[in-house]
Amino acid sequence: MSTATAATPTVTRNLKGTDSDRLRRSNKAWLFIAPFGFFYLCFLLGPSLYMFVASFFDTSIVKSGLGNFIGLENYTTLLSSSDFWSAMWHTLQFTLYTVPALVILSFVFAVLANRMQRGQTFWRLAFFTPYILPSAAISLIWVFIFTADTGLWASFQKLLGSDAPAPVLATPNLAMLGVAIATVWWTIGFNFILYLAGLQDIPRELYEAAAIDGATPWQQIRHLTIPLLNRTTTLVILLQIIASLKIFDQVYLMTSGGPGTSTETALVFITKTGFTDYRIGAAAAASFVLFVVILVIALARQLIERAQQKGA
Amino acid sequence: MQRCKARATFHPTTRDSLANDGRTDRVNPFRSTSGRTPVSRRSLLRGGLAAGGLGLAATTSGCGSALSAGLVGTQLNPGTVTFWNLFGGGDGARLLLMLDEYRRQQGSADSLVAATFAWGNPYYTKVSLATLGNKPPDVAVAHLTRATNLAAAGLLEPITEEMLGLVGLSSADFTQTAWEAGQFDGQAYAIPMDTHPWVLFYNTDVCEQAGLLGPDGKLAPIEGVEGWEAALTAAKETTGRYGAATASVADDSNSWRFVNTVYSQREGATPLMSEEGQEITMNDELMIDTLAAIQRWTETELMPRVVDTPGAETLLSQGESAFFMNGEWEITTLQSIEGLNFSMAAFPQLYENPAAHADSHAFILPRMDRDADQLERAMGFVHSLLEQGMTWAEGGHVPTYLPIFESEEYANLEPQADYAETATYASYDPAAWYSGSGSNFETVTGSQIGLVQQGLSTPEAAVASIRSQLETYARTANPL
Repeated sequence: MSTATAATPTVTRNLKGTDSDRLRRSNKAWLFIAPFGFFYLCFLLGPSLYMFVASFFDTSIVKSGLGNFIGLENYTTLLSSSDFWSAMWHTLQFTLYTVPALVILSFVFAVLANRMQRGQTFWRLAFFTPYILPSAAISLIWVFIFTADTGLWASFQKLLGSDAPAPVLATPNLAMLGVAIATVWWTIGFNFILYLAGLQDIPRELYEAAAIDGATPWQQIRHLTIPLLNRTTTLVILLQIIASLKIFDQVYLMTSGGPGTSTETALVFITKTGFTDYRIGAAAAASFVLFVVILVIALARQLIERAQQKGA
Repeated sequence: MQRCKARATFHPTTRDSLANDGRTDRVNPFRSTSGRTPVSRRSLLRGGLAAGGLGLAATTSGCGSALSAGLVGTQLNPGTVTFWNLFGGGDGARLLLMLDEYRRQQGSADSLVAATFAWGNPYYTKVSLATLGNKPPDVAVAHLTRATNLAAAGLLEPITEEMLGLVGLSSADFTQTAWEAGQFDGQAYAIPMDTHPWVLFYNTDVCEQAGLLGPDGKLAPIEGVEGWEAALTAAKETTGRYGAATASVADDSNSWRFVNTVYSQREGATPLMSEEGQEITMNDELMIDTLAAIQRWTETELMPRVVDTPGAETLLSQGESAFFMNGEWEITTLQSIEGLNFSMAAFPQLYENPAAHADSHAFILPRMDRDADQLERAMGFVHSLLEQGMTWAEGGHVPTYLPIFESEEYANLEPQADYAETATYASYDPAAWYSGSGSNFETVTGSQIGLVQQGLSTPEAAVASIRSQLETYARTANPL
């Protein structure tokens, strides 16, 4: 027991080399990191820091400098503003619409595609292609589909006998659903590929053994595939939640936050406050609140992952 | 050095694009006025074309100077005027004719680079950010109610008499109300192009049957609330459905324009805000009474409760409503409907004073370092477009450039000249950093008024909600 503990550090030491070696290596490492580090500092850390500072000032984009220090006023105004809370709610609404659909559908499609004996490449491509389109292209496609009265969807509804189908993107309680559908179609390919990779990592023997034991295909999925893909699922769900919190493009391009403010999400609200209303300070406070929310979710992801590793 | 062909190209105007709603131009993209998708396919395509055109020109026309111009901050294309605007629909089609005329005058297709952006907040955001980034267009269009905010933000070049004098203009060449509306701190910042009031459209056939026409075949004057309600009742009896129609859903700006027109006619109607928006000075009592009148009209079905702009237009064209109220720009759309006989008039005076909601389009020069040549070219462009004011006036707009406004040709232009008087008693949005065409202010007021029109809210509740929402803005420090 004691020999084993003594031996381990020696091995590590040999691997790492002497102290001066390590120093030289880490110097080189910094050199490699430098180009990325520079951009990270200039375009991420720097602005984030500026944002945090600006959130305590009444900074205006059209005035030079930070403006007057106003303490926590931006935060108190923000947290008591119904516009901000409705924007947060719309973000959550979008998350609730898209995450389950994106997780479940991509899993189902991946399982189906994985069972295809022939033409698997075609199916993989078919599901993944929309994902490589830019958001402007998918918005254009879905604005066409959802065009009131004459669009594809309205025509289909008329075919089914509806006289005056509600225009999806112009009806307050349907607009977000329209954006969510477009988003699911657009981004399902990414999760699909993650699931497919996960599926192909599962050894065939497990299924063979299960089949010999008399497990039905459904039982195989229920007791083999789903548990073995647990970690992929956690990853997919958390990536999806974070992506949903950052929803901007599709909303801006498809509805501009409308009708009314019924699809105004957190980032649309922040953009409007910061760039349309010129109130950078207030927008910085809202950004910081959103940053904290995303941070909490990312931490939760870490904790869940750690718990899963322990469990495994 | 090779010259860049960075000219944005648009499809030639077709009848179809004229028939397309003139609304796209005016609709706040944050609210869909038309009941169609807020960003129309056309505007999205057009934006794409413009962006694509510019991008392609910069990358494919063998123009190595684009990058260097960007890096050292020189002009991309010396000798060219860059012009940004927000005109879609019928207005956009007319503008293209005027821009082509300018190119013809200059004898070169490269003399102008024009780009059209989506109406409302997105447009003003782009103009602001481009100016802050020191890459603004030479000339841009702005509503007067928004131009003063841009001026307060320090984003505009003052317009001096010397500058106007470069192309033989002077401030005396413009309607004084409009000229003064473009001033900030006693200094002019905008050159007004038109006034576009909220007006009354009427179906001539229906009005004739209902006995509402005068001997000259035009709408007989309607006076006072009683006169208005009597006219609507007579019209309703003829149409069997409604007397008048205006959008109550999906167009907050229109709902606000309706109320601003009626409210401003009343004695004692104070502006909704004063002190640059820091104080809410709305006369609650009069506002409640005004909203109650409007609710009475929708509840007695003299007007429809729930209708959007295309729907209201259809009511007029199908003879199911005698009147339709909207901005005068809808003339282009209505003219494209075959078999519709309609005309236009100022919205009747229902209360003590004449008033009608209006705003104006104006030319602005975003702040940038200009040399004498650039300035003269920019002013020359503005002058050319002002001189082509008749083309613009045909689209319904009341010219503010007096040589056009006072011309015989305009006086004979019907029905446009019939409501031109409206421009003299125009009621603009109250001044505030959050106010102006398509602004947050119009969203706040219009959405509440829409609820009243639809019978979903009481006048008292709507006024209380408007007041409390505006007070939030009033308390917020002015970012300008």
